[in-house]
Amino acid sequence: MMRRVPFLIAAALWAAGAAAQHGAELEHANNNVDNTASLQRGARYFVNYCLGCHSAQYVRYNRLAEDLQLSEDQLLENLMFTGERPFDTMSIAMSPEDAARWFNAAPPDLSLIARSRGTDYLYTFLQSFYVDESSPTGVNNAVLEGTAMPHVLWELQGIQEAVYEPDPEHEGEEHMVLDLTTPGTLDAEEFDDVVRDIVNFLDYVGEPMQLERKRLGIRVIAFLGVLLVISLMLKREIWKDVE
Amino acid sequence: MAASEADVFDRLGRRLSAFGGWVDARFPMTKLIREHATEYYASKNFNFWYGFGVLATVVLVIQIVTGIFLTMNYKPSAAEAFASVEYIMRDVEWGWLIRYLHSTGASAFFIVVYLHMFRGLMYGSYKKPRELVWIIGMFIYLCLMAEAFFGYLLPWGNMSYWGAQVIVSLFGSIPWVGEGLAEWIRGDFYISDITLNRFFAFHVIAVPLLLLLLVVIHIMALHEVGSNNPDGIEIKEHKGADGKPIDGVAFHPYHTSKDMVIVVVFLIIFAAVVFFAPEMGGYFLEHANFDPANPLTTPEHIAPVWYFTPFYAILRAVPNKLLGVVLMGSAVLLPFFLPWLDRCRVKSIRYRSWIYKSALGIFAATFIALGYLGLQEATRIYHFAGLDITVVALAQVFTALYFAFFILMPYYSSIETTKPVPTRVTK
Repeated sequence: MMRRVPFLIAAALWAAGAAAQHGAELEHANNNVDNTASLQRGARYFVNYCLGCHSAQYVRYNRLAEDLQLSEDQLLENLMFTGERPFDTMSIAMSPEDAARWFNAAPPDLSLIARSRGTDYLYTFLQSFYVDESSPTGVNNAVLEGTAMPHVLWELQGIQEAVYEPDPEHEGEEHMVLDLTTPGTLDAEEFDDVVRDIVNFLDYVGEPMQLERKRLGIRVIAFLGVLLVISLMLKREIWKDVE
Repeated sequence: MAASEADVFDRLGRRLSAFGGWVDARFPMTKLIREHATEYYASKNFNFWYGFGVLATVVLVIQIVTGIFLTMNYKPSAAEAFASVEYIMRDVEWGWLIRYLHSTGASAFFIVVYLHMFRGLMYGSYKKPRELVWIIGMFIYLCLMAEAFFGYLLPWGNMSYWGAQVIVSLFGSIPWVGEGLAEWIRGDFYISDITLNRFFAFHVIAVPLLLLLLVVIHIMALHEVGSNNPDGIEIKEHKGADGKPIDGVAFHPYHTSKDMVIVVVFLIIFAAVVFFAPEMGGYFLEHANFDPANPLTTPEHIAPVWYFTPFYAILRAVPNKLLGVVLMGSAVLLPFFLPWLDRCRVKSIRYRSWIYKSALGIFAATFIALGYLGLQEATRIYHFAGLDITVVALAQVFTALYFAFFILMPYYSSIETTKPVPTRVTK
């Protein structure tokens, strides 16, 4: 069972010790924010795996419950474990100063991460951790070299190692592929789904009103369509005596 | 005995006209309505290019109204600005809609204004007797650029921050006074809370006041000389027995009913962006601006919003910073002189020679190409025909073409062989 993520790396640069990569290809997240079940699963993974270190300071729990079609009891049982109230936002106890000391970089707030980085980036990033003994966390990431983030989902995904192979598309260059050496508790497909759910949740969180926005847009444009017909008829009536 | 319905309306009508008379004795209400609407005659052969003026007015109204509501919840402070925008997006009732209308309106403003200006170039709307209409319009364009620049800092995202840093630092390249001037604009040694506060003041009060005043005098100047038309002839020269231009129709109800169709078509496109693609793929709302302002880390690639990129490409085309700033400034100011650069007596492109048609076509393509190049990273290289061409080299070619359009105009516009201009408007 091999999971291969191709990354193009100039062999010469690599030999010189500079980890410059050109054209790191991102995989498509193919998430769908209209899939409420996926958002609910994503929220649970987010609370369990991400919220320990990353806040989502603009996201309110009760708004989340409403958009994800959860009752207040379901919200309290499944997503809230540290004594917040439903109208609180998703904050964390760790101070940015401590975080910077412990991880060498404060974990960014994730409220808008899907809007600033894009869902494909997040999807590929979460899949691309590999073993790197020189790193304090024991892992590196092919999308963000030198990331301070540990491989939080390693139990689910397993452990990947980097292998360098001749690149079929660029002669004389090598590209890095990630090879799953120790399987996790999930197979590749199940793990893809977990990551897709998390990314889907982050996409929703970046812009909670996007669900409502498109529904309203259809109605607004339908109204304007009717107005267009009426205004065209009015114009024709008024202009009929002009040569 | 109850009064009949006709009686009631009759009495109401008499009361209303008595009220109108009372106002007219004190304020030129009827006079203004006649002069600017019901008895303002404009050519009956306007095509869709003549719709962008009214669309610019519609967008101006959208920006002012949404701007007022945004101001009610926005906090112009470095500590709170970014969070207050997210508060508007998430917690304020309809806040997301108001904000997207405003952010989409900013780009829409430039689209309609660029098309409005291009219309002027096609039909010679800047020529005698409309020189002042054009020059006032250019001042409106300058104001609009200032308004967009100040407004872009307000969300306090990382692109806001570094965009402002780059633009303000351009003033620093002026010899002797540059650094002091840049510091005076910022009110600080770097872009800070103080800068944000003053940019807010300019964006919500100073520039909009000036903009509104200029729009009013733009329309006053236009209505004094009358609108141009696609044939570029003066409809006032052919009046009927009633003293009205034969080829003209009253602004209201004729042009207003036509404009309403144009406005609704525009609103459909506008709504499609607001509701289905408010980021417009990162061109209307840039991705890096969803990270809060960070004085320690620049975005990966700093580029201004699309409407400034033609001028940004010209700036980057010159290796010397001061010369680049001078060239960029000249690129913005040169169109002011169009009424005197163009020596051709014929206004409309319909009756001008292939020389002006090609010059204008090349100019439009150049402007779009510069806009594209200004969005690319400066280090990008294009491979054509076995050659490696950098963004900067391409921008240099197009910068030369941009300036050639204006600088060579007195020459090429004076040797044109034009076609005979009709005396009455055509279809």
